[in-house]
Amino acid sequence: MSAIAVDDVWKYFGDFPALRQITFSVNPGACIAILGRNGAGKTTLLRILAGLSRPAKGKVTVLGQDARDSATRRHVGVLGHGIAIYDELSALENLVLFGRIFGLKDPRRSAMEWLERTGLAHVRDGLVREFSRGMRQRLAVARAFLHDPEVLLLDEPFTALDDRAIALLQNLLREMLARGRTILMSTHQLREALELATHVGLISRGRLAFHGERPPEMLTDPSWLYRTYGEA
Amino acid sequence: MRFARQCLTVAAKDLRSELRTKEAINASLSFAVVILLLFSFVFDPTGDTARELSGGLLWLVFAFAGALILNRSFSRELQNDCLDALIASPVPGSALFVGKTAANVLLLLGIEIVCLPVFGVFYNVRWTTRFWPLMLVLALGTWALAVIGTMFSALTVNLRLRELMLPMLVYPMLIPALMSAMRLTTVLISGEPLAGDELIWLRLLVGFDIIFTALAVALVDIVLVG
Repeated sequence: MSAIAVDDVWKYFGDFPALRQITFSVNPGACIAILGRNGAGKTTLLRILAGLSRPAKGKVTVLGQDARDSATRRHVGVLGHGIAIYDELSALENLVLFGRIFGLKDPRRSAMEWLERTGLAHVRDGLVREFSRGMRQRLAVARAFLHDPEVLLLDEPFTALDDRAIALLQNLLREMLARGRTILMSTHQLREALELATHVGLISRGRLAFHGERPPEMLTDPSWLYRTYGEA
Repeated sequence: MRFARQCLTVAAKDLRSELRTKEAINASLSFAVVILLLFSFVFDPTGDTARELSGGLLWLVFAFAGALILNRSFSRELQNDCLDALIASPVPGSALFVGKTAANVLLLLGIEIVCLPVFGVFYNVRWTTRFWPLMLVLALGTWALAVIGTMFSALTVNLRLRELMLPMLVYPMLIPALMSAMRLTTVLISGEPLAGDELIWLRLLVGFDIIFTALAVALVDIVLVG
C-alpha cells in the first residue's frame, strides 16, 4: 500500500486549471520533494493532500484512506506557510492544545518533551506573541511533529527559517525517515531538500512533468531537473 | 465521548484566548451598556413603557453587541493560519463548530448577565420576577444567535468585508428567533407567566435552535473545506 496515492487529480480556480491530471504515489519510508516555479500548483496539491481542499476530479488517499478522513488525519503532520500557533497562548498551552486535538494520551508530557527537543523548555510559560521569529518557527516544528505522524506534509519548510531551525528540522526529518516515516515537501530550496529527498516530483503549470527517484545529476547540479523537464 | 472532548478542547481554547486578550468582550460589553444608557436618556421611559419595550430593546442590544463577538469566532483563527491546522487535524468540522458555538454562547451570556441589571437600574424595571423562565429564554435565544452567527462567521472568514457581511447575513436569518425571544422576554419581564399563546413562541424558539443546529453541523464541513 502506498503511503500517499494521487490519482488523476484536477483542481480548478474558476476556469483556471491549477492542477491537471496529477498522478503519482509515494511508498512508505520515502521522502519526495515536489519542485516547481511559483504558481506551478505545489501548494494547491499539498492542501489537497492535507485535507484543506478537495480536488475537482480524481482521488487522493493517504495511508490507504481518504485524505479528509478523521482517522487518517490523526497520522498526518502538516507544516504549512503559517506557523499555526496561537500568539495569545503560551508555548506549553499551544502544544498541549494540539496534543489534545490529536488525542494524545498524555498531552502535557509530550508537549514538555518537544519543548525540550526544540530548546524552548525555558520559555514554556511565555506567551508566543513575545517570542522571536526563530523561537516561533521551532515551536511550529514541535507542533507538527508532536503526535509522531506517519506522513509529514511540508510546504516550503525551509523558507524563512534561521540556521538553528533549519538544522533542527533537517535532523528531525532524518530521524523520521530512519524510522520509516513518509515525507512530502514542496520547496524552492533545492540544496536543503535534496539532502533528504529519495524521490523528486516536478510540477510545471499544473502538470506533473517528472516523477521518480532523485536523478543523480541533481546532486551536482540542483537545477538540472528544471532545465531538462521544466518549462523554458 | 471523543466528540464531546474535542468540542470542549475547542471551546476552552476560544474562551482562554478571548479572556486573555479581551478584544471582543470589551468592545461588545461597552457597546451594549452604552446603547442601554443612551436609550434610557432618549426615551426617559416610565415603568410600563419600559416593560413593553424590554424584549425588543434587550434583544436588539444583544444581537448587535453579539455580532462583535461572533465576528471574532473564526477570524481569530486566521492569525498564523491556525484555521488550516484545525481543519487538517482529526477534529471534525462539526466538533469545531459546536465547540466554537459553545464558547460564543458563554461569552454572549456573560454580556447579557451584565446588561440585565444595568437595564433594571436605568429603566426602573424589576426584571427578576420570573428569573428562571427568563434565563431559559435567554439561553435559547443566545444559542440561536450563536449558532447562526458562528456558522456565518465560518462562511465569511475569508472575506475582506466580513465585519460588514456577518450582520447583513445573520440578522435576516435570525428574525424568527429574535421575534420569539423578544416576545417571551417582554412577557416575562412584565411578570406574566409563560402560558397559552406564549408557549407557541417558546416552541418556535426551541424548534429554531434544533433545526439550525442540525443544519449547521451537517453543512459546516462543506463551508470550511468546500
